Amino acid sequence: MKNSYAIETRGLTKKYGDLTAVNRVNLKINPGEIFGLLGPNGAGKTTLIHMLSTILPPTGGTAKVGGSDIRKNPDSVRRAIGIVFQEPSLDNRLTGKENLDFHGRMYGLAGTQREERIKEVLKIVGLSERAGNLVQNYSGGMKRRLEMARGLMHRPQILFLDEPTLGLDPQTRRAVWDQIRMLNTVEKVTIILTTHYIEEADYLCNRVAIFDRGRIVELGAPKALKDALKGDIVSLRVATPEKFLKVLQKAPFVKNAKVVDDSLYLRVDNGERAIPRLIEIVAANGGQVQGANLSRPTLEDVFIKHTGKTIREEKPDNRVPFGPGSHWRR
Amino acid sequence: MAATQVIYTMWLREMKWFIRAKSRMAQSIVQPFLWLAIVGVGMSSAFTMPGGTSYLQFMAPGIIGMSLIFSSTMLGVSVLWDKQFGFMKEILVAPVSRTHIMLGKALGGMTISVLQGVILIFAVGLFGFWPPSVIALLQILVFMALVSLSFVSLGLAIAARMEDPIAFPVVMNFLIMPLFFLSGALFPISMAPAWMKAAASLNPLMYGVDGLRAAFLGTSQYPILVDFGILLMFFVAMILIGGYLFKKMKA
Repeated sequence: MKNSYAIETRGLTKKYGDLTAVNRVNLKINPGEIFGLLGPNGAGKTTLIHMLSTILPPTGGTAKVGGSDIRKNPDSVRRAIGIVFQEPSLDNRLTGKENLDFHGRMYGLAGTQREERIKEVLKIVGLSERAGNLVQNYSGGMKRRLEMARGLMHRPQILFLDEPTLGLDPQTRRAVWDQIRMLNTVEKVTIILTTHYIEEADYLCNRVAIFDRGRIVELGAPKALKDALKGDIVSLRVATPEKFLKVLQKAPFVKNAKVVDDSLYLRVDNGERAIPRLIEIVAANGGQVQGANLSRPTLEDVFIKHTGKTIREEKPDNRVPFGPGSHWRR
Repeated sequence: MAATQVIYTMWLREMKWFIRAKSRMAQSIVQPFLWLAIVGVGMSSAFTMPGGTSYLQFMAPGIIGMSLIFSSTMLGVSVLWDKQFGFMKEILVAPVSRTHIMLGKALGGMTISVLQGVILIFAVGLFGFWPPSVIALLQILVFMALVSLSFVSLGLAIAARMEDPIAFPVVMNFLIMPLFFLSGALFPISMAPAWMKAAASLNPLMYGVDGLRAAFLGTSQYPILVDFGILLMFFVAMILIGGYLFKKMKA
């Protein structure tokens, strides 16, 4: 069917008292996609995933997951999805295989069918040899992989991965990424993942929704999002960056200028040619450039464009606007 | 999805946990044995019971009841460890009935408690005091199962509303102590003051102990079927309340 989405939400909302964790989210995710929700910690990604997986009831709006309504038909939704939670959710006192066996039984897989599926998913995540060990003796990466295998046990149409590589070392992260891609192609499962790692969203996702304070601020293929920000990004380290913002904004080759994390952050047509001229302008106004960085736009820059802050390690006070000078020049 | 499959899966996991925690098993046997050997033997030299039964004979069914209620209610803590370690999320996201999840856990707890109870029957036997007949033994087993199921369910229901596995035993002790003291395990309620009799008559454990005593000694305060009926009602109430609280439970 052409019109059926893997996931479709309409005005999906979750409020905790005065706090709106997820604010009227409308999403359409196609079957077979790897779809990313990219945003800082506390943006509401996990809350959104928990609503879609029927763990949390929404306070407003609706969603269909795998064709079933999350409010009216939670059991069909649960059968259609697999989920790997952000926090570990394995039974450490059981072996890897026993964890999978428990899951298979709970989802109604019968005897030999279950046995075979356990072997299959263990192979997919490369844990066949360690399946008989107690999970408490697994490394962080192994636990993550076992959870992914478990999420696949009952052959879900849709697999949710909540921060799948959080706390993993770079090498393990690579391995997990490759595994996610393989699941998507081999098992043909639609994957929805949340992340606050730019590279993860960029590397893995067909489409990314940039998520901030409970809302989707931008949505598209990573490449399209980056290409939409034409030119280069130059960031300049200077003392009192606010002082130079106005003059730099007036330079004709500067498309946007703002202060992000105590640096001047500029979008320019041609970075290499712009840097010497930027340094001159700062010097002419009595300042000194202590460092300069030139880069092609990343998803981080897309995020900055829409929210005026960086994704990483955001402090609560970063949410306060920097003042009138911090707005994008139009 | 078949209810029995879910219940069996939950039960199986409780069994694996128990078998892997040897210290739990040892502790749950040693403690009531000490009660029998020291308190029972010591007290029986000081008291004589009406009707010619020794105090030890009188107390043995009570100690079995005590062991059952202590081990059963504390089993609810597994719910809190599951929440603590995140495994509860895995359980709650499965497309199965919460009541079945709870029943599976309750049956798992019951199995463990009854196993301990059976070991205690042998311990009591070591003091030269066996169930008088096969029928009596069956009655004892039925009462042990029913008392365990009821109090495991009570513990599970309370655990469904709690978060902290450390606080759980504290809360449960608060509840268990008065139930135990008013159960007639240590002294005959029939000889107690009227207010205590009234309080005890509201205590489900009292009917459990009374039923065990009826099977062991052939003498009891209530007919054994009354004990059975009241315990059964208590168990059904606990499963209904627990099932409801499990439905509302958050991981």
